[in-house]
Amino acid sequence: MSTVQDTVAVGRRKPDDRTRRAASAFRLRKLKVWGARAALAVLIIGGWQLFTSLGWVDKFFYAQPSGIWNRLWDYFENGTEFGSYPQQIETTMQEALYGFLIGTGVGVVMGIALGLNRFLAEVLDPFIKVVNAIPRIVLGAIFVVAFGVGITPKVLLAAVLVFFIVFFNAFQGVREVDRNVLNNAKVLGASRRHVIWHVTLPSAMTWIIASLHSAFGFAIVGAVVGEVLGAQHGLGLLIKSAQGNFDPDGVFANMFVIAALVLIVEFVIERVERRLLAWRPTTQAESVLV
Amino acid sequence: MAGTVIEIRDVTKRFLTPSGEVFTAIRDVTFTVEPGQFCAVVGPTGCGKSTTLSLVSGLDRPSSGTVSVDGREVDGITDGVGFMFQADALLPWKTVLQNVALGLIFRKVPKKEAVARARDWIRRVGLAGFEDRYPHQLSGGMRKRVAMAAAWITEPRVLLMDEPFGALDVQTKAIMSNELTGLWEQSRPSVLFITHDLEEAIALADRVVVMTSSPGAVKQVFDIDIPRPRGSVQEIRFGARFLELHHEIWATLRDEVEHAYARTAGAAA
Repeated sequence: MSTVQDTVAVGRRKPDDRTRRAASAFRLRKLKVWGARAALAVLIIGGWQLFTSLGWVDKFFYAQPSGIWNRLWDYFENGTEFGSYPQQIETTMQEALYGFLIGTGVGVVMGIALGLNRFLAEVLDPFIKVVNAIPRIVLGAIFVVAFGVGITPKVLLAAVLVFFIVFFNAFQGVREVDRNVLNNAKVLGASRRHVIWHVTLPSAMTWIIASLHSAFGFAIVGAVVGEVLGAQHGLGLLIKSAQGNFDPDGVFANMFVIAALVLIVEFVIERVERRLLAWRPTTQAESVLV
Repeated sequence: MAGTVIEIRDVTKRFLTPSGEVFTAIRDVTFTVEPGQFCAVVGPTGCGKSTTLSLVSGLDRPSSGTVSVDGREVDGITDGVGFMFQADALLPWKTVLQNVALGLIFRKVPKKEAVARARDWIRRVGLAGFEDRYPHQLSGGMRKRVAMAAAWITEPRVLLMDEPFGALDVQTKAIMSNELTGLWEQSRPSVLFITHDLEEAIALADRVVVMTSSPGAVKQVFDIDIPRPRGSVQEIRFGARFLELHHEIWATLRDEVEHAYARTAGAAA
């Protein structure tokens, strides 16, 4: 009997009411996820602190959260041996951003140019393969020798790392244009310039923007590795110096700062992506989370 | 903008497969679409129907033989041609309004005029209010309406349609067919309409071309003498003349369909 009554009750319930219930269920779920995240963070950091305090894990090698925190405080309060801490952050960010912009710009232009020109693409193909096969981090050593310890070699290293990711994506994006869409534009009377502007570029844009996420991570890698190889300022230099002083807290402190910087920039890139690619359908995962 | 004649004479189209073999898609195809005629091409899967269309549109060139539109041999994209594709071919990064206006923008029509005419066409296909949506936000039937408006806005003298309603459900397909007939009767372009649905072909067309399967060739041409205006496509197919024609054409088509089926089944085994 109760099932019949339930059914009647559900049938009679206003749709408005049902939406409200769905919304509150959704909020509850979100709360649970965030709660679990916070618990996990406490577990990891707390466990780390506990084990190093108890001496189960040697804080001389593995650092300690409280030590990392104190070191960060110290950096901001008293500066570093190479100048104020914000100055170090600024140097690294500057190198990474310049490298990111240069690498992206050159990568997009060359990727699209080669994607549109089959002959040039075939001629350059083996050369690109060879350059791509070189472990590019090693180029940093050459750049430092050639351009000294200023920001130029770091910018170049970051740019080289970014270039290849963006270049291959732009190239592929141009090649992967939907044939139906392309033919449709042609039959509608599009000139070659129209096709490039209205079809090829927007289509390649999805690929290029997707590559920018990982590209900024690589720009930071280029900047930091460049600084480790030889610099006067920067987070990479601080890491190298902390390593030389047997100071794991310092290494971890800088590592977390770098991670935070990458996350902030990726957040910005994601915003830009959402604006530029507003025409795309939301994926399954996105619509579930909305 | 009345229709113009399409002549396909002794056309053969061969492709080179990736493995280096020569594949003949169509062989010695000859038929004519009279000015303002609605011509349907039916045939089993893989009989080169779509190849024929791409030759008329100028997207592809014949290996031998000639295709001419309005007495001029096709060389490059044919002028005054509208094309409705089987798959979605709207530009996904453009809104409904931008998609419909595209043909005019490419023809250097001033933007203001292009937008005004696009709005008018959007209204005519019943999508007023959806101008700023992106294609992925529309249903399959609505996307077809957009494609129809985008193809008609340039006032083509030749309309090529490659199973345009193939992916739609039966009801939507019937509605779209009726709307297509309505538009066609207003301006009478020559239509080359490809389908595998014989009922659709007879209901819509003045002439039905039956093709054999690989390599594609014309098996027989039937003239459909059901008088116009024919009314809704759902009604036509119960008429006596319709059934008679259907029976006659199906007898021709059946052999080819069975033949093609046996071949693919054999290949699969």
